[in-house]
Amino acid sequence: MSERIHAITVPKWGMAMDAGTVTGWHVAEGQSVAAGQDVLDVESTKIANAIEAKVDGTLRRIVGQVGDTLPVGGLLGVVAAPDVPDAEIDAFVAGFVVAPDDGEGEGGPRTRTVVADGRAIRVQETGAGEETVVLVHGFGGDLNGWLFVQPALATTRRVVALDLPGHGGSTMDVGGAGVAALARVLEATLDALGVERAHLVGHSLGGAVCLVAAGRASALTLIASASLGPAINGAYIEAFLAAERRKEMAAALGALFADPALVTRPMAEDVLKAKRIDGAQAALRAIAAACFPAGRQADDLRGRLAGLRIPAQVIWGLADRVIPVAHAEGLPAAVAVHRLDAGHMPHMERAADVARLIAALGS
Amino acid sequence: MARILSYRQALSEAFRQEMERDPTIIMLGEDIAGGKGAPGDQDAWGGDMGITKGLIGRFGEARVIDTPISESAFIGAAVGAATCGLRPVVELMFVDFMGVCFDQIFNQAAKFRYMFGGKARTPVVIRTQIGAGYRAAAQHSQCLYPLFTHIPGLKCVVPSTPYDAKGLFMTAVRDDDPVVFFEHKLLYDKAKGDVPEAPYTIPFGEAAIVRDGKDVTIVALARMVHFAQDVATDLAKEGIDVEIVDPRTISPLDEETILDSVAKTGRLVVVDEAYPRCGMAADIASLVAEHAFDDLKAPIRKVTPPHTPVPFAPELEDAFIPSRARIADAVRSVMRA
Amino acid sequence: MTTGLQLSRDKLLEAYRRMATIRVFEETVHDLFESGALPGFVHLYAGEEASAVGVCSHLDDDDRIISTHRGHGHCIAKGCEVVGMMKELFGSSEGTCRGKGGSMHIADMGKGMMGANAIVGGGPPLACGAALAAKTLGTGKVAVAFTGDGGSNQGTTFESLNFAAIFKLPVVFVFENNGYAETTASSWSVACGDIVKRAPAFGMPGVQVDGFDFFAVHDAAAEAVQRARTGGGPTLIEVKLGRFFGHHEGDNQSYRGKGEVEALRRDHDCLHRFRKRVGDAKLLGGGELDAVDAEVKALVERAVAEARTAPRPAADQLLTDVYVSY
Repeated sequence: MSERIHAITVPKWGMAMDAGTVTGWHVAEGQSVAAGQDVLDVESTKIANAIEAKVDGTLRRIVGQVGDTLPVGGLLGVVAAPDVPDAEIDAFVAGFVVAPDDGEGEGGPRTRTVVADGRAIRVQETGAGEETVVLVHGFGGDLNGWLFVQPALATTRRVVALDLPGHGGSTMDVGGAGVAALARVLEATLDALGVERAHLVGHSLGGAVCLVAAGRASALTLIASASLGPAINGAYIEAFLAAERRKEMAAALGALFADPALVTRPMAEDVLKAKRIDGAQAALRAIAAACFPAGRQADDLRGRLAGLRIPAQVIWGLADRVIPVAHAEGLPAAVAVHRLDAGHMPHMERAADVARLIAALGS
Repeated sequence: MARILSYRQALSEAFRQEMERDPTIIMLGEDIAGGKGAPGDQDAWGGDMGITKGLIGRFGEARVIDTPISESAFIGAAVGAATCGLRPVVELMFVDFMGVCFDQIFNQAAKFRYMFGGKARTPVVIRTQIGAGYRAAAQHSQCLYPLFTHIPGLKCVVPSTPYDAKGLFMTAVRDDDPVVFFEHKLLYDKAKGDVPEAPYTIPFGEAAIVRDGKDVTIVALARMVHFAQDVATDLAKEGIDVEIVDPRTISPLDEETILDSVAKTGRLVVVDEAYPRCGMAADIASLVAEHAFDDLKAPIRKVTPPHTPVPFAPELEDAFIPSRARIADAVRSVMRA
Repeated sequence: MTTGLQLSRDKLLEAYRRMATIRVFEETVHDLFESGALPGFVHLYAGEEASAVGVCSHLDDDDRIISTHRGHGHCIAKGCEVVGMMKELFGSSEGTCRGKGGSMHIADMGKGMMGANAIVGGGPPLACGAALAAKTLGTGKVAVAFTGDGGSNQGTTFESLNFAAIFKLPVVFVFENNGYAETTASSWSVACGDIVKRAPAFGMPGVQVDGFDFFAVHDAAAEAVQRARTGGGPTLIEVKLGRFFGHHEGDNQSYRGKGEVEALRRDHDCLHRFRKRVGDAKLLGGGELDAVDAEVKALVERAVAEARTAPRPAADQLLTDVYVSY
């Protein structure tokens, strides 16, 4: 690719994605863009998200029109300096070849099951590098929840996402089911992977798990974390547990996002697929009973933040309807707090911002 | 991450996992192992399509039972055993053969619970093959699931994907009502997809939304789901955005998902490989006509075979089966209306 | 093996009680039907009591039987509760089947009664299933399929005989040959004349017994049930008997011979025979049996009185019990 001409292509958000549909451009042809600026919105079957410019320049061509569906790697638009001749841009567009999407090939996600403390834990690794980032999902989620931040982080790091017991492709044996038991599984998983220390990134319940396992952390990022206060949306937890049908689950998941319209039917279907695995429902109920009894959080781990001698940050959505953003208040001064325009899922709703914050803390 | 299995492999895995989980599950049917009493190999066939192969070696003759060609006896025995503490899974090679034992299914299994005032459970699964396209002519090629759907007391499952086949089978075998499980013979090897290794269940009465779209709803079953997907991909190039709903179970039927979809798109094409008269296409069309007439922007279209038996000659059979071209034409016609 | 005449006094009294209960129940239903009190139609078992009771006296609640459209006798012989049965005939929501089955579908799984069955020949495959379950689960239980001479000619029955034989299932096929399938004579419709002659073709023992004689039925069934229980496989029993009423109530029986029914009642009443046998052998006294008759009469009268005023099903019952879940 010409260094002066940059392609905007359909990203791959998770294994299942093979195409994306353009739902809107934020920038018109001929307008300038800055690196990190949202340029257009693309929707996969799972979720819609914005695509950012990677470089400063001018949006010279819009190739993917609104409504177009293109394969992963397909050309959406072209950014170049204003002085690049039109003919060169046209030649670039004409000669653009979609790189084959080889799924699990070199650099792509590598999913496997490791045995941690006698239990089968599914992990997915991407990228390589000195630094290791470990991503721990929240209650009812799984490693696929990180699909928007994983690629950006994996460019220069080893990124490991895992499924906690009772979730995704991991064992349904949740043992003690509480935060401490889950943290032991996280530590055992790190042992199995040969990871001594890593930047631990936990969302919601995963945040509490990472906080307990902070002895293995080189840095700590807690996103809308559990165990920093007593309040939690018990109605959401109950609705999530009770939902057996796609429509019920979609309605329940609405509470996760500032804009409930972000919940698609395939997203609800994916969550249900995980819940329908034998033993998952009982495992989730056990975890909910141990961690969120009677609509309150069982653990208060605020004290642990005070003693940390590693870089730590807290990220929270201002419109969080599951765990109140107020739990980000009154933390030790050394812990940076970032409040974003999002609900309970900043790593999906503000993926680029969250990826940047994670990358910045680790380096 | 993806674990790609064929429909056949997904079903075989489901059988094995469920039999390991529950010792009261037995399998019976014609040649499900094969070679019974014969001088040569036992487990010679593993079922007409090889789907039950290996089970007899793992679970033994007491739980994997080859029967004589005696459908009334062995279907009836499965039904009777189901009321006495077993969970039989009985295979009747081809749905076309049901005629010889229909009484045991629709007068016995289906009615026990009602006739006996709710005091009976009949947890039996009857597996059978459906579908044309195998050049097997009129007595090995029918769909016939509307006949069973017609009968109160039976549940009818028509999976189109490996994921659905495994999950719906597991639901079927754990269900306490009689379930007829229809497997399309042309999907065994051609349908492939991601299937979790762990056991899982899919609730009955929840349609799959195979494709999200906004212009036209196609409701399709079994092999026709795959045809509809091909058509939808082609029509996207013409700017027609097709939504595909696969009911997966036709008794119970997820009426809500169908009606919600038509409320969104305003157009309905029902594609069914079963005969047109009193069939699922007519049933679903009537459902929408009755409950969502005001949502419709165009008349409902049905794409089905003609009211004829399934012919043998390949060119005739191909003309019998709803084709992608006919489906596409039907979609275009409702878009024009 | 205990023969019928070696039974204890209690067991003999109980056998008589069940036969008498069937008789009084059926005579009462006959009158009720004639008076228009019962909906639908009924097929009465009167005259055939020795068969049901002779066979079922070897079975417990976990042994299974399946019956026919003429099922009241099998129900009572297997221990179904008479008041509930009568309520069922009236269509009450307190009936054995909550008023949803009626005369031809009375079942009580708790008593091992898998149901009267209105499909002629519908039962034998189901009995094979009950036997298959017993064999697979190793419970030592047996199944009995009661079938008529009409049902003996059904393909389902032939299939079941073969199926039971090749798997050596613990099942007894009892063919109650009362001479008529509806109006058609079994002497014409059964090709080989006697149903029992079919047993050797399926490689199973067969025996023909006098169905008016409780003791004959009892002893034949004892051997067959023991064979089944001990892994010896199925047995065919042809019970020759006659019905005191028509195919169903309202049948004018013009196809029957002149004086046939009168002769049956006079010379072949299984209750009379039972009384004579136990009297001759000095096993039971007439007074004891009279007392049973009185108790049975009172029981059936109470059943009718309760059934007449028993609650009717609520309209919403139309929709329940179709599925366990849907």
